[in-house]
Amino acid sequence: MKTVGKSLAELHKLLVNKEISSVELTREYLDHIREYEPKIKAFITITEDEALKQAEEVDKAIAQGEEIGPLAGIPMALKDNLCTEGIVTTCASQMLRDFNPPYDATVVSRLKAAGAVLVGKLNMDEFAMGSSTENSGYFPTANPWDLSRVPGGSSGGSAASVAAGEVPYSLGSDTGGSIRQPAAFCGVVGLKPTYGAVSRYGLVAFASSLDQIGPLTRTVEDNALVLNAIAGHDPLDSTSVPFNKPDYTQFLENNVRGLKIGVPKEFFGLGLKQEVAAVIEQAIKTFEQLGAKIEECSLPHMEYALPAYYIIAPAECSSNLARYDGVSYGYRAEADGMIEMCKTTRAKAFGQEVKRRIMLGTYALSSGYYDAYYLKAQKVRTLVKQDFERVLAQYDILLSPTTPTVAYKLGEISDPVTCYMGDVYTIPVNLAGLPAISLPAGFTDGLPVGMQLIGNYFAEGLLYRAAYVFEQNTGYYKEIPGLLREAD
Amino acid sequence: MSYQDKYEMVCGVETHVELATKTKIFCGCTTEFGGEQNTHVCPVCLGLPGVLPVLNREVVNLAIKAGLALNCEIAEFTKFDRKNYYYPDLPKNYQTSQYDLPICKKGWVEIEVNGKSKKVGITRAHMEEDAGKLVHSGDSITASDSSGVDYNRTGVPLLEIVSEPDMRSVDEVIAYLQELVQILDYAGVSDCRMEQGSVRFDVNVSLRPLGSKDFGTRTEIKNLNSFTAVRRCLEYETERQAAVLDKGEKVIQETRTWDENQGVTLSLRTKEEAHDYRYFPEPDLVPLKIDRDWVERIRATLPELPAAKRERLKGLGLSAYEAGIITSNKAMAGYFDQVMQKYPEAKVVANWIMGDLSALLNAGNQSFEDCPVKPYQLADMLLMIDKGEISGKIAKTVLEEIYSSGKDPAAIVKEKGLVQIKDEGALEKIISEVLANNPKSVADYRGGKEKALGFLVGQVMKATQGKANPELVNKILKEKLK
Repeated sequence: MKTVGKSLAELHKLLVNKEISSVELTREYLDHIREYEPKIKAFITITEDEALKQAEEVDKAIAQGEEIGPLAGIPMALKDNLCTEGIVTTCASQMLRDFNPPYDATVVSRLKAAGAVLVGKLNMDEFAMGSSTENSGYFPTANPWDLSRVPGGSSGGSAASVAAGEVPYSLGSDTGGSIRQPAAFCGVVGLKPTYGAVSRYGLVAFASSLDQIGPLTRTVEDNALVLNAIAGHDPLDSTSVPFNKPDYTQFLENNVRGLKIGVPKEFFGLGLKQEVAAVIEQAIKTFEQLGAKIEECSLPHMEYALPAYYIIAPAECSSNLARYDGVSYGYRAEADGMIEMCKTTRAKAFGQEVKRRIMLGTYALSSGYYDAYYLKAQKVRTLVKQDFERVLAQYDILLSPTTPTVAYKLGEISDPVTCYMGDVYTIPVNLAGLPAISLPAGFTDGLPVGMQLIGNYFAEGLLYRAAYVFEQNTGYYKEIPGLLREAD
Repeated sequence: MSYQDKYEMVCGVETHVELATKTKIFCGCTTEFGGEQNTHVCPVCLGLPGVLPVLNREVVNLAIKAGLALNCEIAEFTKFDRKNYYYPDLPKNYQTSQYDLPICKKGWVEIEVNGKSKKVGITRAHMEEDAGKLVHSGDSITASDSSGVDYNRTGVPLLEIVSEPDMRSVDEVIAYLQELVQILDYAGVSDCRMEQGSVRFDVNVSLRPLGSKDFGTRTEIKNLNSFTAVRRCLEYETERQAAVLDKGEKVIQETRTWDENQGVTLSLRTKEEAHDYRYFPEPDLVPLKIDRDWVERIRATLPELPAAKRERLKGLGLSAYEAGIITSNKAMAGYFDQVMQKYPEAKVVANWIMGDLSALLNAGNQSFEDCPVKPYQLADMLLMIDKGEISGKIAKTVLEEIYSSGKDPAAIVKEKGLVQIKDEGALEKIISEVLANNPKSVADYRGGKEKALGFLVGQVMKATQGKANPELVNKILKEKLK
C-alpha cells in the first residue's frame, strides 16, 4: 500500500494535487482493512458504501476547484460508542447489536462537515468498560505489534486500527484511560482532552462526569489536526465549555527549552514494571537534553484515586445503563410480563464486566451506603483535583508512564482488580478533568511503551508542543509493527 | 359515626403541576397536549443512547415565579439530581429531578375555612421532567395482553410542590388545593388544566387520637387528578384508617392508589417494598446559580394574586362571598376588572357577571376566557340602564342578544326597537287603555288594595313589551287612579 503510514498533511497534499482521488485513497484503505482484519479484528462494522459515497462527494468538490479542509476525503473510523445516523452503533454489546441511531454525535457531524470519510465502527470493551477490548460482546481485537497480545482498551479497536495502518486516525473515548492506555499498548498518539473541550453529545454514556472523546493518530501533528475539527463548544452538551479554541497545530514548534516538567513520584510506585520504568527514565533524560527542566513532585492523594473512580464511574454507569430495558429499542428477550422481560433482557444481553459495574454502582448509591461510598468518593475526587491544581501551578506539564506494564497476553488477566490496576496512572486525570496525551516513549522487547503528559485545563496546545518535540527528536512514530513490514 | 369523633386527620399534599412552557424541559419538542402518539418526541426526550439534556431556561423562570407567588425562598444555588427507578413509561429509567437543593423552599399559602384563616406551609418546590403514558390494549393494565408507551408527555416540565403536613380536615385540604391552583393559574405558571392532567396530587394522610401531638402512621395515595377525587379519596381513607385503629390494629405505612370506580383506596406497595431511588447529582447538567437580579426581574412580572385581588374587591364594596366567587376564576376576575374600567359600580358589575352572564356561559358551555360578550359591551349596557335608555328587564334580553350575535348593545336596542318609551303622551294613551280593560283592578286599588297597582304596572309593561319606563308608568298610573 502506497499511502500507509503517511501523515494527514501528506494525504491532504496528495488529494489537493490530484495525485490520488479520495475514492482511490478510500479503496486503498478498504483493501488494507480487508487484508489485515482477519488478524487484527479492529472493526465491528465496515461502511464501504457510505465511505465511497462520501469520497465521491469530496472528489466532486476537488474537481470543481473547491478548497478542501485538512481532513476532507481522508478515511477514518470511530469507536462504536459514537452515534452515527443510520449506521449501527453497538457499543460492542449484544444489547445494541441492531441499534441504528436516528442522529449523529456532534463529533460525527463535525467530521462529516469537514469531509472526513467514515470507513467503519471500531471494536471496544462493551460500553467502554474494560482495558483490553476482551470485554467486547463480539470478539477480541489483537495488538498489531504482537497478535497474541491485547491492544488495550476500552478503545482497543481505535488504537489497533491506527497502529495497523487500517485508518490514518480514529476517535476513541476515555473515561479512565480508555484512549491513552490502548494508545500506549499500540504505540500510537492518543489524547484525552480537557473535560468539556469536546462535546459528548452522541457518545453513548458510560460515566458522564468522566467521559471525553479524543483522537488516536500516528503522529502528534495528526492528532492536533483532528482535535481542531472536533473540539469546541456545543450547545447540545451542557457540560461543554465555551472557550476560545485555538488552531492546535500552531503549538507544534520544536522547542521545549525552559519548559518545567513535574514528575509525580506516586506514578512510579507499586506495580510499575522495571522495563517500562527504564523507557520512561530514558524519555525524561531526552527531555532534559532538549532543554526542559525536570523535577520530581508529589500528588499525595493519588493512591485513593483508583478506589474513588471505581465508586463514581460505576455509580454513574448504573444509572446511564438503566435505559437498556428492552422497551423501545435494542435487544428484547422473550419473557412473560414486563418485569420478567426487562430482567431477562438485561441478564442476557449485558456481559459480565458491565453487570459487575452496574451492581457496584447500584450498591454505592443505595440508601444507607451513599454517604460512605459515593459522597466519600466525591470528596476524594476534590482532593485529587486540588493535588493536580497545586502541582500544575508550579509546573507546565506533568510526565508519567501511561501504564505500569506493556500490552499483556490475551486471556492473561482474568482478575478484574488486576485489570483495574492497569489504569492507575490514567484514572486520576479523568477525576480531575485535565487533558493528557499518551505517545510512544520507546520500546521494550519489541513492544511499545507509552508516556503520559498531563497539562492544565485547556492546555492541549502545550501538551502537543511537548509531545511533538519528543516525537520529532526520537522518531519512534516511524516504527511500524512487524506485521506490516512483512507485508511490504 | 365519623372518624372525627375520635381522631384528628393530618394531611400534606404533593402537587405536580405542568409548567406553561412552549417546549419541553430538556429538548425543543412541543409541550402541546394531545397530538398523535409519539409525534412530540426527539432522541433527547426518548432517552436514546448518547443524548444529553439542555435545560430550558423558561422552566427556571416559571419555577422562580411560582416560588415567589407561594412566598418561598428562591435558592441561590440549585442543581438537578437523578431519581432512579424502573418503569416502562420512563425512557431512561431515571427521572431528572431535584433532590437536596430544590429551587424553592419555605413558603406558605393562606387559606380560609369556616371564616377562620390559616397558613399552610410549603416545604419545597422543585423542577422535574414528566414521564410518558402507558397505553393498554385492553380496558386496564390487568385486562390487556400488551401495552404501548406514548412519549409525547415525556419531558414536559413539572413543578412538584410539597406542603407541610398542616391540614387537619378534608375542607382544609380542598381549600389549600383550590387556593394553590388559583395562585398558579393567576401567576401564569401553569394552565392548570385539571381535565388534561396538568395538575396531579399525591396526598399523605394519617390519623391521631384527638388531643395527641404525635403523628400517626401515614399512607400516601398517589395520582389524584381532581378536587372531587381528593375529597372522596380522603373521606374514604380517613374512615378506613379509623376502622383499622378502632380494631386496635396499626395502619401500615404504604403507597395506595385511588380506585375511582369502586370508590376505594388499594394498597400499591408497602414501606418494605418502597423504591430506593438512589438519588445522585445529574452529571449531564451543570448546577445553577440564580442571582438576585434574576429573581427581582421575575418578581416584577408577578400579577396581582388571588388573595390581594379578593381584598381589593372587598374594598370596592363586594362581600367576601362575592369577592371569592369573582376571584375563583382568573378569567372571570380579569373580566370584572375590565368592565369596571368603564363602569365602576362593583356590586352591579358583580351581580351581572355572577348572575346572567355566568348563566349564559354555562348554558353555552363557554368560559370567561372566550366570552362572546366583550367587557366594554357589558359596561355600555349597564350605562344604558343608568341613563334610562333601557330597563333592567330589557337589559337581560339585550345581554342574550349580545351573547348570541356579538353586536353592540346600542345597535341591538335600536334594531329591535327596545328603546324605552319615555314619551308621556304615548304612555298615557296606553295606560288609559289598560285601565279601561281592567276595571276590577282599578276598583280594587281605589278600594285600598295597594297590590292592584303592581298588576296594572305589569299590564302596561306587557302592552309595551317591557319597553315602558317603569318610573313614568308608576307616576302616570298613580295620577290617573287618584
